[in-house]
Amino acid sequence: MAKCPECDAEIRIPADSIEGEIVTCPDCGASYELLKTEAGFEIKPAQVVGEDWGQ
Amino acid sequence: MNQEKMTSSSSLTILYDTIRWEEKALYEAAKKKGVHVTNVDCKNLFIDLNKKNSEFSKKTIIQRCVSYFKSLHSTAALEGLGAYVINSLHTATLCGNKLFTHMVLQNAGIETPKAFSEESALLALEDLGYPAVIKPTIGSWGRLIALLRDKDAARAIVEDRAHMFPLYHIYYFEEFINRPPRDIRAIIVGDRVVAAIYRYSGSDSWKTNMALGGHAEACPVTNEMEDICLKAASAVGGNIVGVDLMEKEQDGLIVHEINNTTEFKNTVKVTGVDVPGLMIDYTLSLGKK
Repeated sequence: MAKCPECDAEIRIPADSIEGEIVTCPDCGASYELLKTEAGFEIKPAQVVGEDWGQ
Repeated sequence: MNQEKMTSSSSLTILYDTIRWEEKALYEAAKKKGVHVTNVDCKNLFIDLNKKNSEFSKKTIIQRCVSYFKSLHSTAALEGLGAYVINSLHTATLCGNKLFTHMVLQNAGIETPKAFSEESALLALEDLGYPAVIKPTIGSWGRLIALLRDKDAARAIVEDRAHMFPLYHIYYFEEFINRPPRDIRAIIVGDRVVAAIYRYSGSDSWKTNMALGGHAEACPVTNEMEDICLKAASAVGGNIVGVDLMEKEQDGLIVHEINNTTEFKNTVKVTGVDVPGLMIDYTLSLGKK
């Protein structure tokens, strides 16, 4: 679990998560990228969709 | 499609900037096959461009950056240092630019929408006729693509573009194709079309991009489609690509785009084909050649 920095809601981090994966706050919809640390996963704000994204 | 490079077949790197469903599926498919797979975040990548015997030399790298510019430049750097990047810089350069792709497809004898590119945009449109479609030469997910129904609409768009970044002063117009409200995304892995889907336009949109809310259905892979797709992939030197086709009234299938870091989530969802597993198998097989 992680706390959403925007709204303080609990964000569940699935057991099969990998570093770099995106999780979304169930309450406010903010997106975060998973960072692996010794203590488990932390979250940081995910990149917003870039002008040059996609295929 | 036959690039001969020395690669290590039992390990590979997935280069990403965002892990979407596709990147995780590739990672899990590789792990399931016992491959030593390393995910590398392009945002943290430091590359010494002058280094001899680089740590990237002879590495097999699946390029999965969603950012066009990150993808293109990291491919150039890594390939230049001796890595085997799928897809290559050559393929990325051609696929990333609609005008470049158009010329390559045309020279390979593959049907593609009629197109014009001229400094004098409105004059070009008089020749092409209305309705027409204006597209940025570089761009995805349907962004900044507009349907020009008449000269007034065209003039408004052209005037707006005059105030934008110089890339948007390159006018690339395509004929508007009369087709069913769908296009086709076919996934090519090596010399096979492994799956295809119909992509239907979302409500209130003529564009079929899944990112714009369309939906997908399985599409049978016909011999004609396979032949066209393999020719298109070969024209850009692609190993693993997504070819987009339209069903043009009377003329049949025409290719309008080739994607070098293709998305395939919806393809797996509606066809059940193990696209990531096939991509990993193919990548490893290249290393054994």
